[in-house]
Amino acid sequence: MTKKDTTNSGRRGFLKATAATGVAASAPMFFIKDGHAAAHGGMNFRNNPGKAKSIKLGFNVPQTGAYADEGADELRAFKLAVKHLNGEGDGGMLNTMKPLALKGNGVLGKKVEYVTGDTQTKSDAARASAKRMIEKDGVLMISGGSSSGVAIAVQGLCQEMGVIFMAGLTHSNDTTGKDCRRYGFRHFFNAYMSGRALGPVLKKEYGTDRKAYHLTADYTWGWTQEESIKQTTEELGWKTVKTVRTPVGAGDFSQYITPVLNSGADVLILNHYGKDMINSLTQAVQFGLKDKMVNGKQFEIIVPLFSRLMAQGAGDAIKGILGTTNWNWQLKDAGSQAFVKSFGAEYGFPPSQAAHTCYVQTLLYADACQRAGTFYPPEVIKALEGFNFDGMGNGPTEYRAEDHQCFKDVLVVRGNPNPTSQFDLLQVEQIVPRKQVEYPPTQFGCKLGPYKV
Amino acid sequence: MDAILIQILNGLDKGGAYALIALGLTLAFGTLGIVNFAHGALFMLGAFGAVSVQQLLTISKRVKDESITFFDAYKEIPYLEIWWGDTGRMIIDYAVPISILFVIPFMLLIGVLMERGLIKHFYKRTHADQILVTFGLAIVLQELVKAYFGANPIPTPAPAVVSGSAPVGAFFGLGEDLVYPWWRLIYLLASGLIIFAVFAFLKFTTFGMVVRAGMADRETVGLLGINVQRRFTIVFGLAAVVAGVAGALYAPILPPDYHMGMDFLVLSFVVVVVGGMGSLEGAVAAGFLLGILQSFASMNEVKSIIPGIDQIIIYLVAVVILLVRPRGLMGREGVMED
Repeated sequence: MTKKDTTNSGRRGFLKATAATGVAASAPMFFIKDGHAAAHGGMNFRNNPGKAKSIKLGFNVPQTGAYADEGADELRAFKLAVKHLNGEGDGGMLNTMKPLALKGNGVLGKKVEYVTGDTQTKSDAARASAKRMIEKDGVLMISGGSSSGVAIAVQGLCQEMGVIFMAGLTHSNDTTGKDCRRYGFRHFFNAYMSGRALGPVLKKEYGTDRKAYHLTADYTWGWTQEESIKQTTEELGWKTVKTVRTPVGAGDFSQYITPVLNSGADVLILNHYGKDMINSLTQAVQFGLKDKMVNGKQFEIIVPLFSRLMAQGAGDAIKGILGTTNWNWQLKDAGSQAFVKSFGAEYGFPPSQAAHTCYVQTLLYADACQRAGTFYPPEVIKALEGFNFDGMGNGPTEYRAEDHQCFKDVLVVRGNPNPTSQFDLLQVEQIVPRKQVEYPPTQFGCKLGPYKV
Repeated sequence: MDAILIQILNGLDKGGAYALIALGLTLAFGTLGIVNFAHGALFMLGAFGAVSVQQLLTISKRVKDESITFFDAYKEIPYLEIWWGDTGRMIIDYAVPISILFVIPFMLLIGVLMERGLIKHFYKRTHADQILVTFGLAIVLQELVKAYFGANPIPTPAPAVVSGSAPVGAFFGLGEDLVYPWWRLIYLLASGLIIFAVFAFLKFTTFGMVVRAGMADRETVGLLGINVQRRFTIVFGLAAVVAGVAGALYAPILPPDYHMGMDFLVLSFVVVVVGGMGSLEGAVAAGFLLGILQSFASMNEVKSIIPGIDQIIIYLVAVVILLVRPRGLMGREGVMED
């Protein structure tokens, strides 16, 4: 009897205590929140860290799906960036970035933490995971991704929610064109730049009398790349025989490649990326396109957007093929070397271009906060807009204020015919200067939208 | 003419792959009455059998890569190459054909284990339950493969001798320009051989006769004192072998990734339904028919008349055939109609 009573009162006591703790735990939050607002000159904004000792960043990368290996490499780069921001490791590009406001003690004295999400390379999944990180984990910034479809979807969400989005690998003109956002920033280059950079090299290598056949991934990136490359090659005097859209993830491309064989075309342009690129290129080579003679000329294949990770997947098929890339680990500048050294020491292999852009984006965001002296997004955005920097692997670079696109040199690369190591798959053919790939900010219809949301 | 010949070849080639998968699928359905959504995963497992053999043969010694000076990078040199030089290199080159020898027993084992371990518990359940459990199994297999092999496709090249293309144009007297990849021709030949072997096995052996009798009337065969169930288990294993070998041979055409089975699964179900549920001849005929139709629909001349036809032709044909012949091309009365 007595025993039972004790148990009962014990349970009631527990309930009371829990309730009291709950109230106690929730009440002060209100005060603290107001306190923060005051500390930041009356500005309040989503996920304001206030007096907290740390801030959280959200890394939204494809952890499953066709781009999972790229996503994994992006995540490695993010982890390395966070380490360097917090003053751990050898500091990587913090040693070479100019100008630099960061001190290697976190950002504005706060330690950097991170959470990760899985985009699954699907727009809806990517939005859901970004939303979760913003609402549940309280992240100040979202970065990552390996598809323009995803980047554009997440960028739109970030604008609505007032959280800055530092895009990962995205190459569609639309990301900083008609779908640009005030809260979205892209360090990676775009399809138009690929076209501009490739033009002169194509003219030199393949002449001005060519007939091109496009196979194009059927989504925003593919469309804009096809348009940009077509524009460039037609300016050279090439004719476009046919452009064919292929569904993303088509797998067997033979039914798209066989019509190329007797179309009269002597160049095949593959506007494919990832798995699609590996498959279409491998199969094009199997169908003898690389050894074919058409119109008295050697048949050529061009892959406008190249990546070393994909070159690995395509094996020997990649050898001798021209394309462009945002960055390559074999660049000899101090920034690239510092990053490759640090990444290589940590993981035992060099970083991909996806890893590079994600690493740089994280540092750029952190530095902008440091310079702005606040995490208040409109101020951070202003600190990034028009920011000129160097020592990040691409030479002097500018974050153009009008459309949030980075302008820098572009690499024209060729699949290495005689690789000296397993990573030596692309050789840099030419570093195309920034002014050759520049275009007016209004060209792709960018309207950034408001600072305050 | 060139264009038509190459589309026929390409269609036969695609059809070969569809027919092989559909054959296994309808074999399992006709004998065990199981709608096996994990069949695509078996195809994928076969392809990864080829990948595994390639990786086994290229187990390598890590040698410091002196060409990279920023950090410690390592080159991998296969032991076979270190030990046997050119012979070793040649063995590695023939990884895919060699893998077939391993894929056959491996897939037989997988098939039998799958039937005994999981599927036999679902004979008395509805088709919906069977679909759910086999679909679940397919996802588990996929994720296991992804966890081990990663998500990116793994190049698994054919032997160097047959990696180029065959001058089929010159062979048919149609001009030098017309070429077709050797390995795809081999695939076509192999699928023909496998289909022939399966039919011969069912037609000309006692075992096959019992299986056919069991497919027609399971109860009567059982009353004759024959253990039909055990034979059906073996047939299920055989279906797995057919799918696995089809997958392993497909590896040089399409670098395998964990998702390749799913891509084929839906199509092969359409093939089975068009061919007639439970009809082996129907599955093979429908496989080749749909392959060739798809190939012709992909010609630019056709697409300029009806844009996008290549994406829907198979389903369109399926709808038409099922409207005219609701049991499919060669469907038998009474199958899946109770």
